[in-house]
Amino acid sequence: MSDFLQQVVIGVQLGSIYALIALGYTMVYGVLRLINFAHGDVFMVGAFVGFYAARALKLEEQPTLAGALITLLPVLLLAMVACAVLGLVIERLAYRPLRRAPRLTALITAIGVSLFLENAGQLLFGADPKFFPSVTPQGAGATLNLGGATISKDQLVLVVAAALLMAVLWYIVQRTRIGRAMRAVSHDADAAALMGINTDTVIAFTFGLGAALAGAGGMLFAALTYAKILPLMGIAIGLKAFVAAVVGGIGSIPGAMLGGLLMGLSESFVRGSGFSRWTEAVAFVLLIGVLLLRPAGLLGRFAPEKV
Amino acid sequence: MRVTRAFLLRGVLPVAALAAAGALAGCRQGGGGGGGGGNEILVGHFASMTGDTSTFGTETDRGIRLAMEELNAAGGVLGKQFRVQTQDDASKVEEAVTVVTGFANNPDMVAVLGEVASSRSKAAAPVLQAAQIPMVSPSSTNPDVTKVGDYIFRVCFIDPFQGYVMAKFAREQLKMDRVAILRDQKNDYSVGLANVFNDEFKKMGGTIVADVSYKEGDSDFRSQLAQVKPQRPQALYVPGYYGEVGTIARQARELGMNVPLMGGDGWDSPQLVAGAGGPGKALEGAYFSNHYSKDDKSERVQTFVKTFRAKYGSDPSALAAMGYDAMKLLADAITRAGSPDRKALRDALATTQNFKGVTGDITIDAQRNATKPAVVLQIQGNQFVYRATVQPPDAAKSASAK
Repeated sequence: MSDFLQQVVIGVQLGSIYALIALGYTMVYGVLRLINFAHGDVFMVGAFVGFYAARALKLEEQPTLAGALITLLPVLLLAMVACAVLGLVIERLAYRPLRRAPRLTALITAIGVSLFLENAGQLLFGADPKFFPSVTPQGAGATLNLGGATISKDQLVLVVAAALLMAVLWYIVQRTRIGRAMRAVSHDADAAALMGINTDTVIAFTFGLGAALAGAGGMLFAALTYAKILPLMGIAIGLKAFVAAVVGGIGSIPGAMLGGLLMGLSESFVRGSGFSRWTEAVAFVLLIGVLLLRPAGLLGRFAPEKV
Repeated sequence: MRVTRAFLLRGVLPVAALAAAGALAGCRQGGGGGGGGGNEILVGHFASMTGDTSTFGTETDRGIRLAMEELNAAGGVLGKQFRVQTQDDASKVEEAVTVVTGFANNPDMVAVLGEVASSRSKAAAPVLQAAQIPMVSPSSTNPDVTKVGDYIFRVCFIDPFQGYVMAKFAREQLKMDRVAILRDQKNDYSVGLANVFNDEFKKMGGTIVADVSYKEGDSDFRSQLAQVKPQRPQALYVPGYYGEVGTIARQARELGMNVPLMGGDGWDSPQLVAGAGGPGKALEGAYFSNHYSKDDKSERVQTFVKTFRAKYGSDPSALAAMGYDAMKLLADAITRAGSPDRKALRDALATTQNFKGVTGDITIDAQRNATKPAVVLQIQGNQFVYRATVQPPDAAKSASAK
């Protein structure tokens, strides 16, 4: 039982990272019908911005968790802003000129942008792994015991931060003017334009928002899981987040969250039962299974192609 | 059709032009080596000078060039000067094959040095074996590399030996009884070390209390560590690469496991300690086996460290030391062979006995692997401090027989 709980905790933590990235895929698909393959690499940029900011600010281990959170907050915001700007630049330079081009052209451009970011990252940051310094208190007291499962406070912070970000996103999409415009463009871009919505602004905003979430994901991942930071780290995680978005139903925001959680949980259970080699295999079998039963994904709507 | 032509013009032409330029450059180099039969001995070095593991190639090349300069300054070998031709394989297996194919087609090429990564050595070895050119790998430790054929040698020990070294050190020096293993199950190197450690440690009377696995690129090891913790091990043996070790150490501390970690030469990186949260953090006091230590007090090592520092302004890594030894051992074998003939050189390499290298006394065994000692280093702050030298089992046996 405690083992089960332990794996649930790890799965939820992984899943919240996947969900943050999957949201960007799904929102961009919603407004543009484009799979933005460069999105995973924006996640990588977020991790690097976090790393360099932490180094510039000479962050050190804080005695209390509250102190650590206050120290980390500016780094998180910086990573989000930097990535939002990157998202806007990518949209403006790579995708907007192709707005009227066939969809395949945009898709290939997305792959090009992804390769560009990966190689620019290797050139700029070097191929050597980097590591985020420990900021949250380590050692005794850094973990909680819950029914036999050990939960580190780092994990808890990560999940709560991701949940908060998703709540903010939900608010923006459901309760603000720009959010309503996003939903309108997603529903029917041409009709929205006829109603006086500036679709270019909405699309740019969507890119910025998605990229900010991916940046937050990258920074949280680097700072709270101690994982190595590499220029190619976005490939595997981005792919899994993309699968999460498709499983949940691409274009659907709650679907992306659900898909992310499912991916995280499947991964932690497969790994926890001693089959780490099969993590990806199980994830893709899950994808195929869902697509066979519900081609539009778990929470996706089947939208017939408008001619 | 138009698209095709545009594609040809934009895509293929520049590539063709580049290829032509490369071919020309190749010709030029080949032409320069034409005098190799005369008063110089041409040695090829294929190395990852750029790409993911660029430090592997650049460090090794520094060691090789230092050795070459020393040899040439002392008059060379058989009255001939050495010329090392280094070619980059960009850390790619396919490129390594291309580079050594170029070497193999050069009739003046006496021998080839390289690579560090076992995967690239393994891919290049069949080409050189077919061309009957002796190849000496400075630091590819995977057992399969020299199994390619009788022209393939190495000056480093092979993976299983490191498992033995750590088992012996943990059992005899640290007096440990209970150790847990955390292996990277997709990595042949890690699995090799873990298997031998497991067997040897048990043979020496110790207990392996848990044996769990992870995969390179994983970021969460808590599920595996949580499994290990209740078994109360006195140490964790983690023979993986440095990228994951720091993360594993941090998460083990987080779960309240304050036992030392132990590993192999895959840990040898300036990034290792940073990965564990910095000096004095999760990896403080950890042990790992390696090829050599710059703190070794022997005169051989200290002279090497001093000349290396004078030339490059930094301390030589183990890889640089291995490159240096590979070049010096090659020169020694050519002297013993009496001519730079490839066949004679091969036979001389195969009969190398107690060559005095900076990484220890090297004897080439029947499988063309080096039998030599290993060192155990301990992490203290940002330093890897020399702790012990462990002799290979046969040498130890003969020593105790005396």
